[in-house]
Amino acid sequence: MVKITINGRNINAPEGVTVLHAARENNINIPTLCENEAVAPYGACRLCLVEIKTAKGRQRLVTSCLYQVEEGLTVQTNTERIQKIRKMLIELLLARCPDSDVIQQMAKEHGVTGGRLTPQTGNNKCILCANCARTCEEVVGVSAISLSKRGVERELTTPFGEDNSDDCIGCGSCSYSCPTGAITMEDKNGTRKITWPHNEMKFKMKKCSVCGQFWAPVKQVEYVAKTSGTPVTDYDICPNCRE
Amino acid sequence: MAKLKSFGDLETLKKSITGKRDPKKSVIAICNGTGCQAYGCKSVTAAFQDEVKKQNLADKVDVMPIGCPGFCERGTLVMVRPQGIFYQRVRPKDVPEVVAAIGKNSVVDRLLFTDRQTGAKVTHESDVPFYKKQRRLIIGNNGLIDSTSIDDYLAIGGYNALAKALKMKPEQIIDEVKKSGLRGRGGAGFPTGSKWETTRNAHDEVKYIIANADEGDPGAFMDRALVEGNPHSVLEGMIIGAYAIGSHQGYMYIRNEYPLAVKNMRTAIQMAEEYGLLGKNILGTGFDFTLKIQRGGGAFICGESTALMASLEGKVGEPRAKYVHTSEQGLWGKPTNLNNVETWANVPIIINNGAAWYSQIGTKGSKGTKIFSLVGNITNTGLVEVPMGTTLKEIVFDIGGGIPKGRKFKAVQTGGPSGGVIPESMLDMPVDYDELTKAGSMMGSGGMIVMDDKTCMVDMARYYTEFLEGESCGKCLPCREGLRHMKAILTGITEGRGKKEDIALLEEICATIGDAALCQLGASAPNPVISTIRHFRAEYEAHINEHKCPAGVCKIGAAAVK
Ligand SMILES: Cc1cc2nc3c(=O)[nH]c(=O)nc-3n(C[C@H](O)[C@H](O)[C@H](O)COP(=O)(O)O)c2cc1C
Ligand code: SF4
Ligand code: FES
Ligand code: FES
Repeated sequence: MVKITINGRNINAPEGVTVLHAARENNINIPTLCENEAVAPYGACRLCLVEIKTAKGRQRLVTSCLYQVEEGLTVQTNTERIQKIRKMLIELLLARCPDSDVIQQMAKEHGVTGGRLTPQTGNNKCILCANCARTCEEVVGVSAISLSKRGVERELTTPFGEDNSDDCIGCGSCSYSCPTGAITMEDKNGTRKITWPHNEMKFKMKKCSVCGQFWAPVKQVEYVAKTSGTPVTDYDICPNCRE
Repeated sequence: MAKLKSFGDLETLKKSITGKRDPKKSVIAICNGTGCQAYGCKSVTAAFQDEVKKQNLADKVDVMPIGCPGFCERGTLVMVRPQGIFYQRVRPKDVPEVVAAIGKNSVVDRLLFTDRQTGAKVTHESDVPFYKKQRRLIIGNNGLIDSTSIDDYLAIGGYNALAKALKMKPEQIIDEVKKSGLRGRGGAGFPTGSKWETTRNAHDEVKYIIANADEGDPGAFMDRALVEGNPHSVLEGMIIGAYAIGSHQGYMYIRNEYPLAVKNMRTAIQMAEEYGLLGKNILGTGFDFTLKIQRGGGAFICGESTALMASLEGKVGEPRAKYVHTSEQGLWGKPTNLNNVETWANVPIIINNGAAWYSQIGTKGSKGTKIFSLVGNITNTGLVEVPMGTTLKEIVFDIGGGIPKGRKFKAVQTGGPSGGVIPESMLDMPVDYDELTKAGSMMGSGGMIVMDDKTCMVDMARYYTEFLEGESCGKCLPCREGLRHMKAILTGITEGRGKKEDIALLEEICATIGDAALCQLGASAPNPVISTIRHFRAEYEAHINEHKCPAGVCKIGAAAVK
């Protein structure tokens, strides 16, 4: 355990956790968008910036999703400087994704009205946090989607992008990980449809031989069977009926 | 050649090399750097080789291709030694005359440099005003050796520092480098000795060292000149560093667009290996060190330390947060010491002459010399090496020869594309890491772009913002989105669509990028805009309020005027 203070409160935090984690454990709210406990921290949205002072007296701004707690650390999560930065970050997000309700809500909470920056069109709620791509790579292990191109041209390359159309197994993890709802998933009549910001893809689903429910995309079942080395027939029955 | 197995072997070899050289022989040294290649130095060199034979002077004159001595604008440069004659803009057709002149002990007047201030012809290299105020500890050796010959390097005292260092304890070397006050020449100016010490003390058996020769600043070419023109000086610095740090594997990360640098470094590595100065059991001391060349990822951002290491690992060259230093966890998670090539090239000089000697050069917080790449609206374009603390005025006017075409000086941008501009009123400022930072600019890797009074500062800020927007990796929000909007706002201003609130809005975005960007590309990207607003605010206001570009650069259409 290490002793730190956040906004003046004394907190004991386990060694190795991030400042963000320690704050959350103590109900101190720090806004985040690109952080997701299932994947390694990435530090791209910068919303979780906090001001720190180390035991040695060094002061600076760090992203709390990446910075680990250390003995004697003093953290401020909501100083005037931080608020200013966050507001501008949200203003930039609002210009990028004016249609995102998540961003709109965030703007409202932080008193950001926008209107100063020229709004973009066509980003369809994608803030390029890479949660989807990182989940696909790190959790699913498939890397069917990724971010491509550099700088302002950066975009999410989805399964319809040139090289990797076959890789996607339709598991939908990307849609669960997306903080703004830019990726959606709908199961209907034995078909799963995943909609990414710039395209969509349909997957045939597997029917449970007991209850008759369509429970997972056929490709996903095949993938799971293959990677776990079990016969595909093991998956004829859905997890609910198997219990 | 048999491998050298001891310090004594090295001494013997050196004696035999110098013994074979005839001090009475003249040398025609011809720059073969990338800059002079554009002027046809290859055919000039070939012409000299032919002509010397033709005029039966082969036993009196040697022909030596050399690396870039820095005055590229005047290429192809030819020096005749020991006479010290300096010829500029030499073309193949001039060659017979030059060779004949050597035979007759005379000089070809028309190929001499003319001092623009006095109108007089300058015969000797040491009297050329461009060189006079320089102190060319590092780049100067480029002109003395054929960079593809290790014997040339040995003949001027090369690898003496290595032999000396290998007799020292690693801690002593680190101490010496710390005491010298050497700071990194690649950007941030971090104290080199401390960085080495952290890497040495990191708990891991495997450690790496890297030389950063990615040189992404447009217009900067000092690192190229060093790697092309004196690769062994970088190598020697690295071997000493590896020994001090306790590393047995190093990488040389060279910008992809530098084929000659790659070629010359490859030759240098191979020769050093053949002599046993690199590889297993160096000079019989039991110390092993191997070095591999890696070609750069082709983007400006790949020069940033964490992006460079990701690229070396074969991943996408994108930065990551450095809360754990690369000196503790760098390449493949191992302690890694990264230094710029110029930083490495300083090491043999420090070891040879001692920290006490070295630290006399420069200012309190910035020691030694620095090579700058002087470009833009300047009479003498080229590489300039000066002691730290030299004023900008001396660099621009005494060395650079001032502004051409009778125009006036307006500003100088230091530190490359994300440096700040420094106006005329601050020209007495000494170049020094801390002074430049205080002035809202930076040392960076030593780019220096001079601007005359026909330069529009708003347009200039727009230009560099656009460059940086194009080079942003796009990973983090403030850099990617902030630069996008900054460029749009600046473009609006230069096209007559500026709004009163734009300056304040730019300042707000700049402050956020500066504070919140993940890496230094983003964090320093606002410099051109902040510094031009600070020193040339009236120009912004003229564009916005009066729809006028005072420098006459921006085409503000009549339609834009309400
Ligand atoms: C965008 C960016 C580009 C950089 N490019 C280079 C480069 O081309 N060469 C270089 O030596 N350092 C470059 N740096 C600085 C490196 O990150 C690093 O600080 C340096 O190589 C360390 O060596 P030094 O301590 O010897 O200066 C760059 C930094 C940034 C942020
Ligand atoms: S500051 Fe710019 S270049 Fe650096 S990580 Fe962020 S987006 Fe990439
Ligand atoms: S949540 Fe920390 S940078 Fe996005
Ligand atoms: S390349 Fe010849 S002087 Fe620079």
